[in-house]
Amino acid sequence: MNSAARWARRIRPVFTLYVPVTPFVLFALFPLYFMLVTSFKKNAELYDVNAVPFLIGRGVTFGHYELLSKDTLFWSWFLNSLIVSLAATVISVVLGVLAAYPLARLKFPGANSFGVAIFVTYLVPPSLLFLPLSTVVARLGLSDSLWALVVTYPTFLVPFCTWLLMGYFRTVPKEIEECAMLDGCNRLQTLVRILLPVAVPGVICAALFAFTLSWNEFLYALVFVSPAELKTMTVGVFSELIRGDIYYWGGLMAGACIGSLPIVVAYVFFLDYYVSGLTAGAVK
Amino acid sequence: MQLKTLNGDVAKAVGRGDGQARALSDLLVRDTPVAYAFIAPAFFLLLFLVAYPFVLSVWLSLSDARVGETGSFVGLENFQRLLTSSIFLQTLQNSIIFTAAALGAKTVFGMALALLLFRIGRFKRLIRGAVLLPFIVPTALSTLVWWWMFEPLYSVVNWTLKSLHIVSRDIPWLPDPYLAMFTVVLVNTWRGLPFFAITILAGLVAIPRELYEAAESDGAGPVSRFWHITVPLLKPVLGVVILFSAIFTLADFNIVYVLTKGGPMNMTHLFATYSFALGLQGGQISQGAAVSLFLFPILLIVVFTQLRMVRRATTYE
Repeated sequence: MNSAARWARRIRPVFTLYVPVTPFVLFALFPLYFMLVTSFKKNAELYDVNAVPFLIGRGVTFGHYELLSKDTLFWSWFLNSLIVSLAATVISVVLGVLAAYPLARLKFPGANSFGVAIFVTYLVPPSLLFLPLSTVVARLGLSDSLWALVVTYPTFLVPFCTWLLMGYFRTVPKEIEECAMLDGCNRLQTLVRILLPVAVPGVICAALFAFTLSWNEFLYALVFVSPAELKTMTVGVFSELIRGDIYYWGGLMAGACIGSLPIVVAYVFFLDYYVSGLTAGAVK
Repeated sequence: MQLKTLNGDVAKAVGRGDGQARALSDLLVRDTPVAYAFIAPAFFLLLFLVAYPFVLSVWLSLSDARVGETGSFVGLENFQRLLTSSIFLQTLQNSIIFTAAALGAKTVFGMALALLLFRIGRFKRLIRGAVLLPFIVPTALSTLVWWWMFEPLYSVVNWTLKSLHIVSRDIPWLPDPYLAMFTVVLVNTWRGLPFFAITILAGLVAIPRELYEAAESDGAGPVSRFWHITVPLLKPVLGVVILFSAIFTLADFNIVYVLTKGGPMNMTHLFATYSFALGLQGGQISQGAAVSLFLFPILLIVVFTQLRMVRRATTYE
């Protein structure tokens, strides 16, 4: 009787938790699994209406990856994405740290308005401003260069980084900084030598999100840069592997796999940062 | 919430010191030139690349500018023309349906998933990691696989439905206007669900356990505990998540552009994709700007409500 009750207690979560959560996990993962499977399938199997689509039945091929490497500018797109994302991330984190510090620590006229302004720009979706921004980018002479993206990505990254870091800085007690100031450090020294080393997790979190958002960006990259060799990953795979009515599905999926890989790798290593950044972004 | 409490603690610690220390620390937080110097780079970036483009966008929407031409002032003509255009009215309707359906689905399923994740002990990290994945993978790329999954001839969804003898013929997911709307809502839900689940989960964790224990000893069942404790205490978090997501769902570009380009027959056009089609592909930059400005009132409402919620939260604490 007792052991039966214990067994029931142990088996119950399987039905009340793990069985119900399975559809959610499958829903989340299936498209990504299918992306991977498709990218390794031979065309004969891919375009066979009767073949079981879930598995690779007739041998693995690397043909789609070869097509990607040889017949497209894939690695240029990869490199472009990397350059743009790294540059935009560095700019945004630096500007974010600088702006977050006074907002979190200092009293000054206009602090409130600037905080609200940061919050508002944080909520501005890129699709609201892409048309006028394309005019501004053209006037600055940056159209069709990676600079167009390096300059415009911080418009949505800086508010995010500032918001996130401001929250993080506030959790750090300020007594140590005050001591450093009394010992003759100036503000910048205090920020760089005292606060930043303590706030490393917050900075990593901001940098990870900035990089991810830049890498995933699509609209600005589509609008501001048109030469094929200057495209970023997301735009290149989408626009250069669909030619008229011909879809290179294997190649598209291979591109999508490699294009997602850097983010997925970062995600696996820094899962907790992503989780905290995600909630900090919305729940203040 | 957590951050605010910490702030309070710090303030208390400072306040406990003697008057001299307080005056000193007050002196240390007053440094206006440094504050402005630190803020300047971000300020000018946002001034030139957010505020100025916004003003420009208003000007464009009131002009007859085309790509490459400055144009002249025409008043509200663009808006008048839009409000009598059947495509724009369709876009307006699509936007409302798309946003309402996607937000509803994400809220309900996000809540369900959060409640499950909250109680799961074993494989916690693995399961959380797995369900979060759709949110961080590049949307433009993951939407490609959804496109492939709903491809008319080789759709894995149709293959499965046919193999299970649920349907006998292929379902035209993307060519059919209503099914196409369903599909874009589905993909948006797939991508946005993790954000809802994880944020609601953070809200659940913050609810004090004692409340549940007290309710349980008073004889409240799980359903009544959910409605009388979980839901009321989650309201602020739910409000923020829904408002936040409302903007970005309404302003969605990637999913619709990749899957349907607004078609079939403009039945999935949203403000962003229609503004893109008009302003860039059609060259009518003034009309395009007017379309995208329809996102602005929603943005204002959300900002206003959120700021008020944040203020209320601070005054009650």
